[in-house]
Amino acid sequence: MRFARTSKALGMVAIAALALSACGAGGGTSNGSGSAAGDPNKVITAYSNEPQNALLPANTNEVYGGRVVELLYEGLRAYDANGKPVNALAESIESPDGQNYTIKVKTGTKFTNGEEVTAKSFVDAWNFAALSTNLQNNGTFFESIEGYDDVSAVKTEKGADGEEKDVPAPTAKTMSGLVLRDDSTIQVKLSQPEADWPLRLGYSAFYPLPSEAMKDPKKFGEDPVGNGPYKLAKEGAWVHDQSISLVKNGDYSGPRAAKNGGVTFKFYTDPGPAYTDIQANNLDVTDVLPTNALRTYETDFPENHLNKAYAGNATLNIPVYNPNFQGEAGKLRRQALSMAINREEITKVIFNGTRIPAKDFTAPVIDGYNENVAGSEFLKFDAAKAKDLWAKAEAIKPYDASKPLQLAYNTDGGNKEWIDAVANNIKNTLGIQAEGQPFAKFAEILNLRKSKTLPGLTRAGWQADYPSLYNFLGPLLKTGSSSNYEGYSSPEFDKLLKEGLGAKSTDDANKKFAQAQEVLFKDLPNLPLWYQARQAVWSQNVTNVDSGWNGVLQYYNITAK
Amino acid sequence: MTSNYQADHYVAPIDETPLLATDSVRTDQAPLSLWAEAWRKLRRRPLFIVSALLIVLLVVIALFPGLFTQVAPNDNCDLQFSDGAPTAGHPFGYTFQGCDVFSRVIHGTQASLSVGVLSVIFVLVIGVTLGALAGFFGGWLDAVIARLGDIFFALPLVLGALVITQLPFFKDNKSVWTVVMVIVLLAWPQMARITRGAVMEVRNADFVTAARSLGVSRMGSLLRHVLPNALAPIIVLATMELGVFIVAEATLSFLGIGLPGSVMSWGNDIAAAQPSLRTNPAVLLYPATALSITVLSFIMLGDALRDALDPKSRQR
Amino acid sequence: MIQYVLRRLLQVIPVFVGTTLLVYYMVFALPGDPIAALFGDRQPNPAVIAALRQQYHLDEPFWVQYGLFLKNLFTFNLGNDFTGQPIAATLGRVFPVTAMLAIEALVIQGVFGVAAGLFAGLRKGKLFDSTVLIASLVVIAIPTFVLGFVLQLVVGVQLGWAKPTVGSDASWGTLLLPAFVLGLVSFAYVLRLTRASVIENMNADYVRTATAKGLSRPRVVLAHILRNSMIPVATYLGANLGALMGGAIVTEGIFNVPGVGQKLYQAILRSEGPTIVAIVSVFVLIFVVANLLVDLLYAWLDPRIRYDK
Repeated sequence: MRFARTSKALGMVAIAALALSACGAGGGTSNGSGSAAGDPNKVITAYSNEPQNALLPANTNEVYGGRVVELLYEGLRAYDANGKPVNALAESIESPDGQNYTIKVKTGTKFTNGEEVTAKSFVDAWNFAALSTNLQNNGTFFESIEGYDDVSAVKTEKGADGEEKDVPAPTAKTMSGLVLRDDSTIQVKLSQPEADWPLRLGYSAFYPLPSEAMKDPKKFGEDPVGNGPYKLAKEGAWVHDQSISLVKNGDYSGPRAAKNGGVTFKFYTDPGPAYTDIQANNLDVTDVLPTNALRTYETDFPENHLNKAYAGNATLNIPVYNPNFQGEAGKLRRQALSMAINREEITKVIFNGTRIPAKDFTAPVIDGYNENVAGSEFLKFDAAKAKDLWAKAEAIKPYDASKPLQLAYNTDGGNKEWIDAVANNIKNTLGIQAEGQPFAKFAEILNLRKSKTLPGLTRAGWQADYPSLYNFLGPLLKTGSSSNYEGYSSPEFDKLLKEGLGAKSTDDANKKFAQAQEVLFKDLPNLPLWYQARQAVWSQNVTNVDSGWNGVLQYYNITAK
Repeated sequence: MTSNYQADHYVAPIDETPLLATDSVRTDQAPLSLWAEAWRKLRRRPLFIVSALLIVLLVVIALFPGLFTQVAPNDNCDLQFSDGAPTAGHPFGYTFQGCDVFSRVIHGTQASLSVGVLSVIFVLVIGVTLGALAGFFGGWLDAVIARLGDIFFALPLVLGALVITQLPFFKDNKSVWTVVMVIVLLAWPQMARITRGAVMEVRNADFVTAARSLGVSRMGSLLRHVLPNALAPIIVLATMELGVFIVAEATLSFLGIGLPGSVMSWGNDIAAAQPSLRTNPAVLLYPATALSITVLSFIMLGDALRDALDPKSRQR
Repeated sequence: MIQYVLRRLLQVIPVFVGTTLLVYYMVFALPGDPIAALFGDRQPNPAVIAALRQQYHLDEPFWVQYGLFLKNLFTFNLGNDFTGQPIAATLGRVFPVTAMLAIEALVIQGVFGVAAGLFAGLRKGKLFDSTVLIASLVVIAIPTFVLGFVLQLVVGVQLGWAKPTVGSDASWGTLLLPAFVLGLVSFAYVLRLTRASVIENMNADYVRTATAKGLSRPRVVLAHILRNSMIPVATYLGANLGALMGGAIVTEGIFNVPGVGQKLYQAILRSEGPTIVAIVSVFVLIFVVANLLVDLLYAWLDPRIRYDK
């Protein structure tokens, strides 16, 4: 009864766009099953699903397209397995003030069509992505660059149905802050100082494009040409709804050199059959396990499995417009709810250790992660304390129990089991009625969240685009942020975030972000539940399978036996 | 006697065939009406008695679950018992969420039985009426009804369910009725088509022509002569669908367009057994068995009813 | 007769308009912005969403959208889905796969269902009859996701007789296992419908006449009992062909069959009106033709049923 997983690309991954996988000298750690070289020309097969969009880097905002794009392109920077950014095609990135950047691009590398990768390949690609009339999904990643407001400008028009709507009306074709100095130099000016801006340059939206891409983006996206460790096996290698075949790019000389002959991604709408295919040695590797295999994958594949934390988390969000959770009583209730959830037990029993109980609002693989932020004791299960807090709240203002507390979730992402368990926790500890509120369509929850009419709580999750604490805090909880649907607003929190962004060093910035989290622990705008971990299993035919900081497998390191 | 069947031109002596008994008519007693006759036969059939008792038992469980279990089904589910084996007081063990399986099966009877029985009743009312009219009268009426059925048949279940559950009336109180409505809306054409085919087959039979020529009205002959003789496939379809509808509820609930999670049903439990498939398939066994027993009793009831109504096997 | 067939084929027009109108309206009425949902939690520039809505005519009133669909249809250009793929190409990929699966399932359930139903009916109340009763109960009560999963594991992995999934190599052979699973529930229907009709017809006058006339037992059974029992079965199989062509979400998911069911389900969850209505349009054609064939079959099975009046 598990249905289409493609929609999960909308749901779960919608959670975030993906970032570049690890790299660096000797990047992928071997998982202990030996490092035999095997046949370097054998093509391996891997689980995936139909990409949602034409394969242009700045247009790919979901995992299944993301993993292909990452293998086809090489950017200025890349992240190693621990999420540390290292230079790839960038010779150097320098800034005197955190606002003006000079980027030197390595010369002599080529796209697979023979065109040379120069500074222009980057500047043109970024301008193309940011220009709103090109409708690139990841255009907003360039918002920090001066002049972004002009290329993304909108005007309000009356539509055919009489409703007012925004339409793209850029006042410039290119961003004024992005200047091509010469063939190997890019000059960038941001609209305000942002010390962690270079961190983002490893993300796929910042990849270069050959000039043919801009001439006919739609055609190019069907048969993309890149500069990464792999290239398409042939024209039409992307067979829709079936597979996409990549082969080794012999000219590639970067840190992510392919240790196999190629990767064929086979598309599955459900992770169940992929798991069975691995058991039958009919597929080499899968990175998504069906719910019913979480308790068995270690025994089914005693040698060939992986369970490794990555930069993602899961939360239960509490809308500020819910009267039960407003004011002083609401604050006590949020704390009571948080302490009523037995995260240890749920991650152990429901997830069989494939999730890690949350200790903060970010994720442990990120630099600056701190599991002892003041207030994190609210994430520990304590039934007595929870009852006590709830009783105190009742004394201030009685809880409206006319309807059960509903926990909204989308049915296509394997959420039902843990939602039911959390509902049971709340019922058993606090004695109020609670139940899951399933939605077949992700769009429906999003709609309720956007229109601020969600009846209860909702599940949410976040996966980092680039390895920074800010990436977990800013987009989700800053006042008015694009993904802050539940409407949390705290001037104190906003101020600390801004100070963190402007800080001189990463350490200083991380201290500010820790203070910002202290504010969050006082307010509990959402209840952090657990951190994500990547599980993968593989067949007898391959070895050296590992995942990067963002949970994406390092396909280029996998070797055939 | 069977060995004789192989001979090419063998004609059995009249006293070796059942023809004599069939052709004999008792003249000392007025014939009973079809239904009274059927009821008289039904009462004596063990098949009917057993199935009726089972159904009564199911109804009692549905109405008074408290008589059968003291354990609250939805409270005190504790993960430490997840997929646990049976213990004293919990004869069927525990679900994935650590709830008592026995109690859930008992308490799930109400919703599941209601969904199954109500859906079948409505499908029968709509499907048989329209199908009988279409098959009996033919012509433009047949065309309109059949094509209307095609339209509903072409509706994808998930889409229909998504839209119906969005209607203002159903949006905030999803209940057994929402599920019934979705099922009926999409399942009636099947019943209508089967009824239509059966009625078309019977309407040309000699006894119908005879009745018509004796002055029985068209509607009268449809109701009294055609329909009773077309019942066999209708009964089969209805009894099978009872089970299929109960399972369909599970699919709908699983997609978030059926019953809310706090309503217990066998369908919900069957769907919820999915994560335990590889580790503890036994949790699936109990709701599935309850479902089987229900379907079995209705199939037996249907069989008994069909036998009793079949005029060709009437013997006095 | 030809006139009758033509008249029936013309009826496809109102059904087509009715169905597409209804389906299109339902998609239109679904809550949530399908374009915004494509982006999930990470929303782009609102102007991008607005422009995409315009590109797919989602900002137009219902009648304009429906009109555009009709116009597209008559110019043989079904347009693109939300991922930018031409819908016509998608239909061309998924329907042949589903058609193979449906035909295979139909043959399996038809042949085995009728045979088992016939024997059960002839030996009513005997061991075989009770056995198939239990078998049909099992098939009804155990959901497809379990049956499919177990068969896949046993046949595909433990015994290694067949590849456990279909994927990109859909052929009569690879589709056999999913077709078997798909045919199981309907097998129970066919079986019980056949059985009921056989029991009823066993005592019919013409069967006695045939027996009395000295016809061989197999001939009586096949030419008289079975043929006259086929009307409900044919009706059911005809309707079921339509249902099978509608694709099977669960079975296709378990065996990774790239067919209509998965595509349609996906399109519904994305509120992708043009794709949904294009698929449903094909359904309508299939239903009307399948129903016509069944009706013509009636006349062959039972000569008393006539249409050419």
